[in-house]
Amino acid sequence: MRWLKPVVFTASLLPVAWLGWQAAYGSLGINPVETLNRFLGDWALRFLLLALAVTPLRQWTHWAPLARLRRMVGLFAFFYVCLHLASYVGIDLFFDWAALWKDVVKRTYITLGMGCFLLLLPLALTSTDSMIRRLGGKVWRKLHRLVFPAAILGVAHFWMMVKADIREPLVYAVILAVLLGWRLRTFVRTPQRA
Amino acid sequence: MLIKPAADLRDNDVTDHALYLDRRRFLAGAVAAGSVLGVGRGLRAATADDTPTPFEAVTTYNNYYEFGTSKEDPAVTAPGRLKTAPWTVAVDGECAKPGTIGLEDLIKPVQVEDRIYRLRCVEGWSMVIPWRGVPLSEVLKRFEPNSKAKYVEFTTLADRAQMPGLRIPVLDWPYVEGLRLDEAMNPLTLLATGLYGKDLLPQNGAPLRLVVPWKYGFKSIKSIVGIRFTENQPLNSWQKYNPREYGFYSNVNPQVDHPRWSQANERRIGEFRRRPTLMFNGYGEQVAGLYAGLDLKANF
Ligand code: HEM
Repeated sequence: MRWLKPVVFTASLLPVAWLGWQAAYGSLGINPVETLNRFLGDWALRFLLLALAVTPLRQWTHWAPLARLRRMVGLFAFFYVCLHLASYVGIDLFFDWAALWKDVVKRTYITLGMGCFLLLLPLALTSTDSMIRRLGGKVWRKLHRLVFPAAILGVAHFWMMVKADIREPLVYAVILAVLLGWRLRTFVRTPQRA
Repeated sequence: MLIKPAADLRDNDVTDHALYLDRRRFLAGAVAAGSVLGVGRGLRAATADDTPTPFEAVTTYNNYYEFGTSKEDPAVTAPGRLKTAPWTVAVDGECAKPGTIGLEDLIKPVQVEDRIYRLRCVEGWSMVIPWRGVPLSEVLKRFEPNSKAKYVEFTTLADRAQMPGLRIPVLDWPYVEGLRLDEAMNPLTLLATGLYGKDLLPQNGAPLRLVVPWKYGFKSIKSIVGIRFTENQPLNSWQKYNPREYGFYSNVNPQVDHPRWSQANERRIGEFRRRPTLMFNGYGEQVAGLYAGLDLKANF
């Protein structure tokens, strides 16, 4: 399975590549700043849910190599979150930090998005082998359970951003519910140690 | 800046498509359109950087939920589906001469004008659009609103056969909007039948729509089939959907933020940096008087 990681790695870069291509040809539509920001937000959430899908998929298919993808997909989620945030701060607000702070405080969906980002930040920082060793598997696993509230905040961020047509965030919410439900089921079925 | 007196302005100065490609002549046109209105000063003050938004953007980036909730949807789904002729408008309520009237008869008695207005969407983007239409006041007068008429309510067509968006219950169809009668009678308020010197395209609210340039875009209701004079304040669709976020007045006001969008600034379509949003979208001189004594924070 040596091909698996390079293939998934390359595939994960396709959205930014596509974006770069569209930007270079000026085909980001009538409101390019909005298109860019939303595109990156979409992929941030997709990768976050994909990262959460790795373990259930592995358990379901009994295909062990999938486990090796988890960290990479999670880091790609963080990568797209960072680009999404950067496009908002650097392009949409043009580094108006005061405006960003006002947004975070005043606009609920941005507060939730920022919450999601702040939960993901320590996970990305502790994703290296040496950090796992330093923290120890138990602490590391506990810490990385933050990905669940982060994902909920991510979906809530999208949901609250939408004006009236909630169909798209609803799809993400259902997928997240399935992924969280799977864990709940596994948790309930596993005999608990005292 | 070249400023021509209105007398120099021939009809095709404002309607000629090429005009919009020529910035200097455009400015002349804008100022002339302003003086036709008797509001030259207000418009001129803001025209220096008000280049009309390209036709392509105006006709492909639309909020018209009856044809889909994405901005790209209406330009794809509305043409070929919306049947704009024959078109009738039912006028009723508190007036002496109610009735159902064909579009032609509604517009014909009034002199059609071209006006270049800023449009500010509640979502934080804006455009500059050369509209064609008639002052709403001229049209409304003919129905002789009585002393009980305090408001005007407008209704958009709601036909499932023509409007695929109606299958999704995002809003409580039909789309309804309303104005206070004095707002409706303000000389700025336009009943538009065209833009860029041509008939309105379906995605822009053909064949007849409202343009209220000092209010957020959603007040400028599209494809109007009903006009009703009422004694009580109409409940507009967005206010009905979410009264905390959308009010009846919905005047452009940089000091009153929408919970989702800052209203302090806006992105003019085609521009990179945001620009400050002007009180009443820059039309304060003409409309601020309408709201003397009204708390605009409470009545957002
Ligand atoms: C770090 C703080 C964040 C900020 C300041 C932020 C800001 C924004 C803004 C301004 C929009 C677009 C609003 C509009 O166009 O009207 C947006 C949309 C979105 N964001 Fe974020 N965001 C943040 C974090 C996140 C995170 C962590 C995720 C996902 C994990 C995310 C996913 C999305 C999605 C899916 C959308 C909707 C895209 C669409 O409409 O297709 N955002 N965000």
